[in-house]
Amino acid sequence: MRFMMFMYPELAEENWNPTADDVAEMSRYNEELRKAGMLLSLDGLHPPAEGGRVKFDSAGEKTVTDGPFAEAREVVGGYWLIEARSKEEALEWASRVPGRDCMVEVRRVFEMEDFSEDVQAAAAQEFEGL
Amino acid sequence: MPAIEAQRSIEAVWRVEQARLIAGLARMVRDVGFAEDLAQDALVAALEKWPTSGVPDNPGAWLMATAKNRAIDLMRRGANFERKQEELVREVGARMAMEAAQSEHGLGDDLLALIFTCCHPVLGTEARVALTLKLLGGLTTPEIARAFLVSETTMAQRIVRAKQALANAGVPFETPDGSELDERLPAVLEVIYLVFNEGYAATAGEDLIRPGLCEEALRLGRIVAELVPREPEALGLIALLEIQASRTRARVGPEGEPVLLADQDRSRWDPLLIRRGLAALARAEALPAPLGAYGAQAAIAACHARAISAEETDWVRIAALYEALGAIAPSPIVELNRAVAVGMAFGPEPALTLLDAVADEPALARYHLLPSVRGDLLAKLGRDEEARAEFEQAAELAGNERERELLRGRAAECG
Repeated sequence: MRFMMFMYPELAEENWNPTADDVAEMSRYNEELRKAGMLLSLDGLHPPAEGGRVKFDSAGEKTVTDGPFAEAREVVGGYWLIEARSKEEALEWASRVPGRDCMVEVRRVFEMEDFSEDVQAAAAQEFEGL
Repeated sequence: MPAIEAQRSIEAVWRVEQARLIAGLARMVRDVGFAEDLAQDALVAALEKWPTSGVPDNPGAWLMATAKNRAIDLMRRGANFERKQEELVREVGARMAMEAAQSEHGLGDDLLALIFTCCHPVLGTEARVALTLKLLGGLTTPEIARAFLVSETTMAQRIVRAKQALANAGVPFETPDGSELDERLPAVLEVIYLVFNEGYAATAGEDLIRPGLCEEALRLGRIVAELVPREPEALGLIALLEIQASRTRARVGPEGEPVLLADQDRSRWDPLLIRRGLAALARAEALPAPLGAYGAQAAIAACHARAISAEETDWVRIAALYEALGAIAPSPIVELNRAVAVGMAFGPEPALTLLDAVADEPALARYHLLPSVRGDLLAKLGRDEEARAEFEQAAELAGNERERELLRGRAAECG
């Protein structure tokens, strides 16, 4: 089963710049994940200030906003997509992240079998239409 | 921590650590069976201590230290009057002292040595598969038994005998190098390939442990490709497996029936696994050594993966790749597949000529796909009578009812 490990830096955005040591340490961890055959993909993200948001209200009306954003809240700094045999195993790997002032959240990726039969059927229909 | 929760997190640590633990211990005690017992003892100790003490900061190091102490303890006790054993104790002590100097690279070496030991030529194929899943995959004996549809007793015996065979033969715990590596790597890759196919052959309704074998094989294949990144076949195999696994969702229909490649809904193919497969293939192709049999099969699988629809498949390239594969690993099955590709690329007539060349192969005598492919080619040429006879013969040879039905249907279509 697949798990996303989201990294939430608990730092002000302007302090997101990691040192060379931090990067080296993280690279070692990534290499360990890869050598254990667990790693499917990973990416680090630019801070939200450089991104943008599209908000939808209850009527589906869109509002597009460019960063930076005033309100401070949890933002994703990067992610790993791993293949683990259980949530506990994914959590064990998450606990080995060389982290400081951050939180790593582990979430299982939905697979088609996790959906109810009618949702699966709807998805299959949509595929057939393509 | 509640006991159940503690146990689950200990099991997770175990899953992460056990192969490296066994590999590191085997390096010291030179016996994978003994190393596994020591690792198990360390697990038992963890299950006793950690629920109250908490999981240590470096659980892998804790397990290793516990297992080593146990090793020395057991050897001292068993070795009272045996000089040879005393030497062993000293050797273990010396190795422990040196261990501080051991690098990350060394850990990878131990793991690789464990893989090569599990796939050693003194063992039969079934024993290699069982031992690899047990020591590297961390599957339990009942799980492996269920996966291979044999009784637990049979599987337990197979594993015990395999460990004994390794000990009796005095197989050294090491990674072969140079020409010996070239000689022995195919056995390692074959085990991974067999495990994958065992899982791939299982249908959705079956015990989940069997489809789980695909994930296990992918994990092992990824590990080996990382450990020997200069070996084109290690990369070729993982490329092939990633691409085949990308089709898992599309290859079985809603009733559990197999869906042929040409009829698969390609939007259900997993783009992440395709991307990983193509990347591994590109790495294999970039090496100075030519592609081997797995690499060639991966290149063929990649042609299908790149085609947006079945109609857009590059059959000319696939036909050429099958010809190359036939030169690397000659087999009537490859020729049969080559004939299909040639038929798609250049029409039914040259394909029939290729089929005629393998028509008398004993390996294909009871293989339903030979008459089935021939029937298809004949039908395209409008030779309906002959085509019908081929489909009828194919239906008789087919192994399961669904396929028989499909082939009888094709026979009926031949007017």
